[in-house]
Amino acid sequence: MNSLRRVLLKSAGASGTFGLLIAAGLLKPTRVLANDWNRAAFTAATTSDAMKAYGTPNPVDHREILISAAEIAENGAQVPIEVHSRIPGSQTIAVFVDRNPMPLAASMSFANGALPYVRLQLKMAETSRVRAVVRTADGKAYHASREIKVTLGGCGG
Amino acid sequence: MADPIKIRATLQGEFTDIRVLMPHPMETGQRRDTASGKVLPAHFIQAFTLSANGKPLVSAQLNTSVSRNPLFAFRARDLKAGDRIVVSWTDTSGAQRSDEATVGA
Repeated sequence: MNSLRRVLLKSAGASGTFGLLIAAGLLKPTRVLANDWNRAAFTAATTSDAMKAYGTPNPVDHREILISAAEIAENGAQVPIEVHSRIPGSQTIAVFVDRNPMPLAASMSFANGALPYVRLQLKMAETSRVRAVVRTADGKAYHASREIKVTLGGCGG
Repeated sequence: MADPIKIRATLQGEFTDIRVLMPHPMETGQRRDTASGKVLPAHFIQAFTLSANGKPLVSAQLNTSVSRNPLFAFRARDLKAGDRIVVSWTDTSGAQRSDEATVGA
C-alpha cells in the first residue's frame, strides 16, 4: 500500500500523469486537497488576525448561534464543544480559541442537506473565550462566543 | 498506515446523526519527546470530507488544536437507511485515508 503511494507521489511530480490517472477513473476526484488549507488564517497568532485572514474581519453578534460546552473543562487536551447555527442560509462554521497559540482550530462547510451543526473536541492551552463564526450564503458573517475554563492545559501534553 | 476511520450514521427521526472518529496523533509541533528532549514535528490532519452517496456534505479544514484522535459529530437531512457515507482525510505528511459506512436505522 505504501509503495503504491510512493508511486503515486512520484507520478504526481511528473506533470500530467496525475490528471491522466484521474481521467482514467483510477483516483476519485473527491479526494481531499490539502492545498486548500488556509495557511494564513490557521497560523495567525491572534483571533483578530485569524478572522481577517479567514475573510470575516468583523462578524456581527448573533443569538441564533448556539455554543454548548461545559463551563469548566478538566482536561485541556480534549474539550468537547458543540456549535449549532439557526441562522437561515448558514454555510460555514469556524471555531476560534482566543488564548491558543494559533486561535483558528477548525473550519467546516456544509452542503447537500448537512445541517450547520458540529460537535468536536479542542485542545485548549488555558482558560479562554471560544468563538464560533458562521458565514451565510449571502456572504455575511456572524459570531457568538463563550468562556471555557480549563483546569489543566492541553498543549504541553 | 493510520487506523481505519470509525463512522457511525444513525437515523434520528428527521435527521441522521453522523459520528466520525479519525485515529491520528494530531501532533502540535510544540511538544517535546520526553526521552530525547527534541521537539516533535507537527503532524496533523489538515482536511477531511464527508460525503453521502457521492455528494459532499461536509468539508473541513483543521489545525493542530483539534484533539488527538479527532471525534466529530454532524447532522444531515434527507438520508435513509443504507445510504453510503464516505470520509476521507489528508494530513501534513501527505498521508491519506478513506473509509466508508452505511446509514443504519
